[in-house]
Amino acid sequence: MEQKLKTDFDKFISNSNFSNQEIKLKKEALDNFLKNGFPSRKLENWKFSDINQIIQKNIGELAFYNNYNIENGINDDIFIKEIEHNKIVIVNGKVERFSFEHEESDKVNLTTLDNINQNLNDYNSLLSLNNSFSNKIHNILVKKNYSFKKPLIIYQITNEEVSKTNINFQLNFELEENSSIKIINLSDDNSEKNFINNLFNFNLDKNAILKNYKIDKKNNTNIKYDYSSITQKENSISETFIFSSGSDYIKNEVSCNLEGQYSSAFINGIHFLSKNKHHEIRTNTKHLYENTKSYQLIKSVIDDSSKSVYQGKIYVDSKAQKTDGYQLSKAVLLNEQAEFNSKPELEIYADDVKCSHGSASGSLDEDSIFYLMSRGLDQKTAKELLINGFLLDVVEKITDEEIKKLLKDMIGLN
Amino acid sequence: MRDKQIEDLKDYKYGFSTDIESFKAPKGLNEEVIRFISNIKKEPDWLLKWRLKAFERLKVLKEPDWQKPKYPKIDYQDLYYYSAPKSFKEKPKDLEDLDPKLLETYKKLGIPLQEQKRLNGIAVDAVFDSVSVATTFKDTLTEKGIIFCSISEAIQKHPDLVRKYLGSVIPITDHFFATLNSAVFTDGSFVYIPPNVKCPMELSTYFRINASDTGQFERTLIIADKGSYVSYLEGCTAPMRDENQLHAANVELIALDDAEIKYSTVQNWYPGDKDGKGGIYNFVTKRGLCKGKNSKISWTQVETGSAITWKYPSCILKGDNSIGEFYSIAITNNHQKADTGTKMIHLGKNTKSKIISKGISAGKSDMTYRGLVDISKNASNSTNYTQCDSLLMGNKCGAHTVPYIKNKNSNSNIAHEATTSKISEDQLHYCQQRGLNQEEAVGLIVNGFCKEVLQQLPMEFAVEAQKLVGISLEGSVG
Repeated sequence: MEQKLKTDFDKFISNSNFSNQEIKLKKEALDNFLKNGFPSRKLENWKFSDINQIIQKNIGELAFYNNYNIENGINDDIFIKEIEHNKIVIVNGKVERFSFEHEESDKVNLTTLDNINQNLNDYNSLLSLNNSFSNKIHNILVKKNYSFKKPLIIYQITNEEVSKTNINFQLNFELEENSSIKIINLSDDNSEKNFINNLFNFNLDKNAILKNYKIDKKNNTNIKYDYSSITQKENSISETFIFSSGSDYIKNEVSCNLEGQYSSAFINGIHFLSKNKHHEIRTNTKHLYENTKSYQLIKSVIDDSSKSVYQGKIYVDSKAQKTDGYQLSKAVLLNEQAEFNSKPELEIYADDVKCSHGSASGSLDEDSIFYLMSRGLDQKTAKELLINGFLLDVVEKITDEEIKKLLKDMIGLN
Repeated sequence: MRDKQIEDLKDYKYGFSTDIESFKAPKGLNEEVIRFISNIKKEPDWLLKWRLKAFERLKVLKEPDWQKPKYPKIDYQDLYYYSAPKSFKEKPKDLEDLDPKLLETYKKLGIPLQEQKRLNGIAVDAVFDSVSVATTFKDTLTEKGIIFCSISEAIQKHPDLVRKYLGSVIPITDHFFATLNSAVFTDGSFVYIPPNVKCPMELSTYFRINASDTGQFERTLIIADKGSYVSYLEGCTAPMRDENQLHAANVELIALDDAEIKYSTVQNWYPGDKDGKGGIYNFVTKRGLCKGKNSKISWTQVETGSAITWKYPSCILKGDNSIGEFYSIAITNNHQKADTGTKMIHLGKNTKSKIISKGISAGKSDMTYRGLVDISKNASNSTNYTQCDSLLMGNKCGAHTVPYIKNKNSNSNIAHEATTSKISEDQLHYCQQRGLNQEEAVGLIVNGFCKEVLQQLPMEFAVEAQKLVGISLEGSVG
């Protein structure tokens, strides 16, 4: 693999026009990845999902070179018709279209970053890999006191052109004081057996609001790692919703750093798995200042021989008195072969805090099924109804009414 | 006046050491030393081979390093692996034969052997350093066919039982410290309860670490045959020392069909001084196997001592309908560190487990609950309930919860709850308003917080444990 990485990296650099400084940083990131390789179960964070093994088993040899010079066609049919929205269209890791047609042009600033997020190299080797092979990183800056009028939908598309390839993508958001944005991240995969590595970085200044909804619904055989890093200043709010169902393997990781007082972070997620899927959500909430709040609700419905994993960590610094942290994960196992693993973790260094977590897993409640059947429903419908209600609980947490309705229709929960 | 009292209490109550010349094996860990131990204990050939096999395995094993409390590297070549008070070369037949100094030590510890014998009706198997001092109340037990003796004696007198069960729950290929113990263990307790016998009294052992630089490596083996019941108490205090002392014991429990074992521990080893200097490293492997149908193993522990406590008393629920329970109170103060919890491994059908863990950290200490609940494919209709609560006192300490939950069976239910909080101002105010001072109020509230676990302890222990909870937290508020 090492040789392949090096030759693909050289090919990538020679076909792009990065500055010398950028090349140097990218090379460092590559060296870091070469040193560590893909994460395996030996690392605590990857205990339940050995991505090294999963890639070996499902893909085998990966190609790392991705040609960003070719134009990819976009089929307009895929766009959501129900609501007016701004678009970013990404095909095979390359941004093909930005359209902020509903916004005031002087309030949203679109640039490319000169530097990569070097400090993330140390977080895990996949971020180093991302840093070394991703294209120019776009930065979307929302100016002070400006709220997006319409949601921004990020279409993340892969087409048939790529196979057994590693696709790396990065996007950066800066939310200035008192600004807000709503984002829907929609995956549309038409490719087979790729390893897709995404990194989203959000910086929220005072009073900023981020609402981020990630939807992975379409069945595909890709393996994905999706990392969101959210840094929050005082009074800022972040809301993350994850619907994870389509891909064969996904690990969604959300890190929230609550650095300012009265900032709050909400992360809600659904695993809706069948066949032979393996999905993981890992949340890492760090309370670094007084009076901060976090809330996580993760629900899994697991059928056939699928596997769902939730790892959630709440960290409370000794400075972060009056922290309010709550976390709940629940899973329903529908099949003998299904598996649910969880690790809800608390690491607390301050005494005046209110932190709790709960985790429960089991089968559907027999009494409830009986109740519904005694009222004339057949068993299948009764089960569906219960599952629907179980998951709806999470969807109802979405605070934006328009998007809630859209997502309900899209996911098929009512 | 009160301040003076508190000041006195703050110092380790059991800090003294007895001057008995120790009889030691040469320093270091090698084949010679293992042969020496085996030879001096007149062990059969199979056991020596077993020890050497463990030692071979030890050479390739690495010391684990995933735990939260870090400690300076231990030089295993700089430890004594065998030491016995010299007067022990000839075993005493009677209590009167004991070294008077030893008896004195126990008196200071509050367990005068003679008194206890008469008043409490408890058979005491006291371990002084690595060799059993005396075993009392043997007759009553012998009548019922119960075997309660030191493991060295059991090896001589009941080799078949020992050979059958030793290492069957903690194999010699286990983790580093367990394997180390298998190679060099010196003494410990052995209990065998014959079929359908209910042990008429609480069996109890007081452990004590004495000779400087001696790691203690006890081995305890408890077998409850079909339909039997036993309650076993283990309590520890250790003298004040400056060097860190390693303690790596192995405890194996085996419950056959319909048998029940209740194992309670009060651990109050020397925790180091106020600045975190010295103290015991308590790296113990405790594991119970519910081998038969309808069997039950219950662990109760009160952990207040040791500089570092790192242990996970576990249950392997192999027999159908078997039950595993774990009740724990862990208190850390000053610079103490604890990483403790349990593992419940469900293999049989209809197995049940319950975990109640209460952690209290004060001062500059650090406490972690780490646990595993694993329900395997075949363990249908199994249930687990876990509750871990942590209490923080002051903002220089830490309390952490790291549960691992694995469910591979759709007919099984797992529920886990954890909370972290501090003593509420309202509760303190209420108590103080009624005339308690702050220390007393805290003691009362903490005892209430721990009640669920304290209730599980046998009477004799509950009182001692309750006192310990109070003493451990003196000086941590205000």
